[in-house]
Amino acid sequence: MPLSIELSKPKQRESLNKRHFKAKIFARFCACVTWMGTALLLILLYQIFSDGLSWLDWDFLNNFPSRFPERAGIKSALAGTIWLISLVAVFAIPVGVATAIYIEEFSKKNLLSRIIELNISNLAGVPSIVYGIIGLTIFVRGLSLERSLISGALTMSLLILPVIIIASIEAIKTVPISIRSAAFALGATRWQTVWSHVLPASFPGILTGVILALSRAIGETAPLLMIGALTYVAFVPEGPMDSFTALPIQIFNWVSRPQEEFHQLAAAAIIVLLTVLLAMNSVAIFVRHKMEKKLQ
Amino acid sequence: MNSQQMRKNDTAEVVAISEDERILGIDDVTICYSDNPAVKNVSFDIARNKITSIIGPSGCGKSTLLRSLNRMNEFISEVSLKGRVSFDGQDLYAKSVDPVEVRQHIGMVFQKPNPFPKSIYKNVSWGPTVNQYDGSIPELVERSLKQASLWNEVKDRLNDSALGLSGGQQQRLCIARALAIEPTVLLMDEPCSALDPISTAHIENLMYDLKSRYTIVIVTHNMQQAARVSDYTAFMEMGNLIEFGETDQIFTRPQKKRTEEYVTGRFG
Repeated sequence: MPLSIELSKPKQRESLNKRHFKAKIFARFCACVTWMGTALLLILLYQIFSDGLSWLDWDFLNNFPSRFPERAGIKSALAGTIWLISLVAVFAIPVGVATAIYIEEFSKKNLLSRIIELNISNLAGVPSIVYGIIGLTIFVRGLSLERSLISGALTMSLLILPVIIIASIEAIKTVPISIRSAAFALGATRWQTVWSHVLPASFPGILTGVILALSRAIGETAPLLMIGALTYVAFVPEGPMDSFTALPIQIFNWVSRPQEEFHQLAAAAIIVLLTVLLAMNSVAIFVRHKMEKKLQ
Repeated sequence: MNSQQMRKNDTAEVVAISEDERILGIDDVTICYSDNPAVKNVSFDIARNKITSIIGPSGCGKSTLLRSLNRMNEFISEVSLKGRVSFDGQDLYAKSVDPVEVRQHIGMVFQKPNPFPKSIYKNVSWGPTVNQYDGSIPELVERSLKQASLWNEVKDRLNDSALGLSGGQQQRLCIARALAIEPTVLLMDEPCSALDPISTAHIENLMYDLKSRYTIVIVTHNMQQAARVSDYTAFMEMGNLIEFGETDQIFTRPQKKRTEEYVTGRFG
């Protein structure tokens, strides 16, 4: 057989060994880097859990902040975060997905639309403090919404809109042209095609992007500090016009205090924040799994 | 072939279709991608309730021409069409004509089976639903699946995913889906190129049955298929129409040398 004769030539055998060696080195390097990242994460988690777990109980979730560590809790911060994220979801998801649909399905592809798309990508990289300044100028002062939940939510929505738009555009792009052609050939309008076929098929991808974006919003502190979310709130916000605090702000407040107990409280609050995040992500994974099964 | 039967195109050999028989008229049509013409000054007519096939080597513009008949080219940017495509005498590209409406009358089946990732039933029922069909949709679904000779194979699993069907079944489902909007004309873009010989035979028989109700235009690179199924054949090369005539005549007594060379397999 000519193939094995070729391969058995010593010179080629030698180069083949070299190539295998290189591949192995590269694989090891990748594994190394992966494990390093994981280890770092585990160390962080361990530290947080060992500091905070003992403080985590029902009282901690159900108490308002206090200057006495043993009485301090995160009731107002947790409520504020849940309010904030719900409002952000209400503002950002429809606007973001609709924008993506418009850009990908309806707008004419020309220089202008390409510039707009590029700029949206750039916006995703703008530091969050800048969005805080925008929020302060437009929502808090300009629209006189004051330091309310709605100001915070609108600012956060601005912050995560680019992420939602980009993720949704990418998800919409993965829907095969043949599906669209099939729908158009049946005498469907563009909207009917998008609504019945493109959106359902791209839903898992859009959902992933949305959850990633909301996760980012839930952890952001800087813009909220900028628009002046309070650090001491002894009530649960009851409407979008109420002032508020959020978990990252409470954490920031506690770690900047000198007492060790407050640092441990901060760790406990981080555990709660992580739990909320994990819960959100698992809902997304569950829904996506169900949708993908339905599509297959 | 006398000169009266010839259309104004002086390079192509074109048999005229009488006014009563004509359903689609292609009149001096040129289609360009950006500035590159893919179809050049093509003129011929499609006869009602007949099967017309368009043959030619790859890249000759046959699919582009087919897609212009129900304005499916419009989703590709930078495609422009000159000339006139008429359907029952109406200019399909007139300003007042809504392309969505065009496609409700002129359906299409694609090269690769492209069922929606939904149930078999929904694949067929979606078209009539968006077109606000006012009869009974379950009956229409059954009728369409029967016309596509798929009913017996799928009647017990209408709610299963269409993606679980074999390639040949998927393509027949796509035909049923296209028939469910009750079009006048059915365009088929190499509908069998992704199928095995048995599925191909199935679909060819199907086309023969459908002829009494629908006008079919099929693009194929398979000459035997064109010879087997069609009543009229158009032969294209490099964007030009070389010859159009009755299938028998094209395959047994071609007027043009190029046609003869192609149908006898000397090139292409």
